[in-house]
Amino acid sequence: MSVVKSIILVGVGGQGTILASKILSEGLMEAGYDVKMSEIHGMSQRGGNVSTQIRFGDKVNSPIVGKGEADIIVAFEKMEALRWLEYLKPGGRFVINDFEIPSAPILMGKAAYPEGILEELSVKANTAIFKAGEIAERIGNTRTMNIVLLGALVKALGMDGVDWAAAIKRNVKAGFEDINISAFEEGQRQVEG
Amino acid sequence: MEKMLMTGNEAAARGAWEAGLLFASAYPGTPSTEILENLSNYRESLYCEWAPNEKVALEAAIGASLAGARSMAVMKHVGVNVAADPLFTFAYTGVTGGCVLISADDPGMHSSQNEQDNRNYAAAAKVLMLEPSDSQETKDFVKLAFELSERFDTIVMIRMTTRVCHSKSIVTLEDRQEHAVPDYKRNISKYVATPANAKLMHVKLSERIANMTEYSNASPLNTSEYGGAKVGVISAGVAYQYAKDAFGEDVSYLKIGMSYPMPMKLVEEFASRVEKLYVVEELDPYMEAQIKAAGIACIGKAIIPERDELNADIVRKSIFGNEAETLMTEKEAVMRPPTMCAGCPHRGFFYALSKRKNIVVTGDIGCYTLASAPPLSTMDSCFCMGGSISTGHGAAKVFELTGKKERVVAVIGDSTFFHSGITSLMDAVYNKSNSVSVVLDNRITGMTGQQDNPGTGYTLMGEETNEADIPAICKAIGIKGDNIYLVNPLRLDESGAAIDDALSKNEPTVIITRWPCILKKATGNDRAEFDLSPKKCSINQEKCTKCRVCVNTGCPAIYSGKEIVINSESCTGCAVCKQACRFDAIDMIAKTV
Repeated sequence: MSVVKSIILVGVGGQGTILASKILSEGLMEAGYDVKMSEIHGMSQRGGNVSTQIRFGDKVNSPIVGKGEADIIVAFEKMEALRWLEYLKPGGRFVINDFEIPSAPILMGKAAYPEGILEELSVKANTAIFKAGEIAERIGNTRTMNIVLLGALVKALGMDGVDWAAAIKRNVKAGFEDINISAFEEGQRQVEG
Repeated sequence: MEKMLMTGNEAAARGAWEAGLLFASAYPGTPSTEILENLSNYRESLYCEWAPNEKVALEAAIGASLAGARSMAVMKHVGVNVAADPLFTFAYTGVTGGCVLISADDPGMHSSQNEQDNRNYAAAAKVLMLEPSDSQETKDFVKLAFELSERFDTIVMIRMTTRVCHSKSIVTLEDRQEHAVPDYKRNISKYVATPANAKLMHVKLSERIANMTEYSNASPLNTSEYGGAKVGVISAGVAYQYAKDAFGEDVSYLKIGMSYPMPMKLVEEFASRVEKLYVVEELDPYMEAQIKAAGIACIGKAIIPERDELNADIVRKSIFGNEAETLMTEKEAVMRPPTMCAGCPHRGFFYALSKRKNIVVTGDIGCYTLASAPPLSTMDSCFCMGGSISTGHGAAKVFELTGKKERVVAVIGDSTFFHSGITSLMDAVYNKSNSVSVVLDNRITGMTGQQDNPGTGYTLMGEETNEADIPAICKAIGIKGDNIYLVNPLRLDESGAAIDDALSKNEPTVIITRWPCILKKATGNDRAEFDLSPKKCSINQEKCTKCRVCVNTGCPAIYSGKEIVINSESCTGCAVCKQACRFDAIDMIAKTV
């Protein structure tokens, strides 16, 4: 069977996971891979968790990733990284945005945001942790946080060879191309190849 | 030819456009909604619309076929329940222009109240059914469906599922082929389903099934791949993709793309060539039952779950008993359930409602169903579109007949009211209910992602249009003028007073709340009618006693930690928390951004 790589992007509604996934899938398609991407819509718009799953290779069958199968998980929010741990392949890599978004039970004081997530996950897997939001702010637009994370993902994936700048330009608003490409490059610097 | 990554829904729209579709109608519902939204991007060469409900959508598509055009109706699985009445008779009459019904099923109930398997509808109504397994197949099958519809003189059902609708894969684009609409000819014996005509139609239907079965057995839609005689796998839809990953290349496959009528000859041949036969399908044992009924031994639902969606893992575990090695931790992520948005107009009304005693709240399908979750927990039931007012009426009658203290408040959204709530309200009025019906008009269809409806003043094609007047509808079906309350749901006093006054009466009453969904892109009319200027609320920590009343409005902008604070990014200044606060500790400030 041909080799298929699996990636999961997880976060909370409104964080831009879907745009990042779209750029990633298009770049991979342009590079000649068969690509499938699956996303869950609907209730997730109301503050629920969001996940998109991307599989690519010579020939991809299932559009969704099984437990223990993801080569890389990119978490836009750290509790989401914890939630998806069992989907990471032993030996796989985590890219985690050091950022907390409390969920409804936490906001209401019915549960506590789990402590020590980053330490715990760093022990379990090869984990890159950084504050993508602060990097985006430094670059000059907090909304490029998702592209910072995309840059880190591409580096972790070892797919630097693809023309990502073109895929980014096609998918971001006119006038915001350069800042997004800077965000992407800054993200790449956050991860060791 | 150009290739593009497309979701199944984008591909379905593209396929219909390429096939020369002229007319499409739908009611929004996850996971089907984006099919018509994408189709509206081709508005220069076709017409498409939102219908008030799925029955109306299918009937409109039937009319378009009768007039000779290629037409389509699109809905989620439960929508087919609503549209079943015209479907079963249209299956008798057949078509003029090719007609396609897309049913988007939701195995796993990502956004639905049940996970019924609509393949059963094709078998029950006896209409040709196709099941694509990815986006390219979706486009190809939709295109072919129009041809098959005309060739076999039948509506064709396409069963998609959430993972086909919402997964992207690579699609090769082709051009549109226009489909000419013939001159109209009256054909009474074909289209007027009186008993005398329908008896003959039923005979024709039987002939049609024979023809379709012959096609199914020879169709390129049903394909086999030979990978050895030991194991054979029969599968359909996205389950085929899971089966491929689970079994690999060393087994034989029979992929069923046309699942009604089932190609039983092909199945028999395939079964005779393999030692062990598995059937991998999502939800019901639809194929398995037919295969077993033909006396062919196979293994399916005895080991593969018939609840929830499948994936490659589940298939692998069911068949081979092995599970992938996973990383584990003692730490647990806290649930992240969906909530009403900060600034959602439903919150104010439900907060006021939650303070009333001895009420039973019958609910409906929409964002307001989230009022059933803590901290509001103000809902007793939710079944189906338009059902709140009628179930509320039934319950109210029993409480009244048996002298119980409970009173019923039925809640329904604007789009849901137009869908099938109006007939329910007519029942409550006609049969003298004392239930209080509440139409939560947020000026848009919210839950499915901001679709226009008969009350918004705009069409799917982006044109201005006539606007349904909810108070006038209520009045016209017999609610007395004094028994219709118009309230701003963000005002707790207004909402509470209307609820109390309505509950004091022993006759049918309607409360209509009116404030736009916080996610709605405001129209000119919205800006003229509502004060949508940016605002926010802030907690004065000196006055705050940490009584947590504001927290119990369930607003996601309010964070209860050592101090109770309002997140100024997400707060919209709806001021529901400010009104709930008993210590005047929440200030309203103009938003500075």
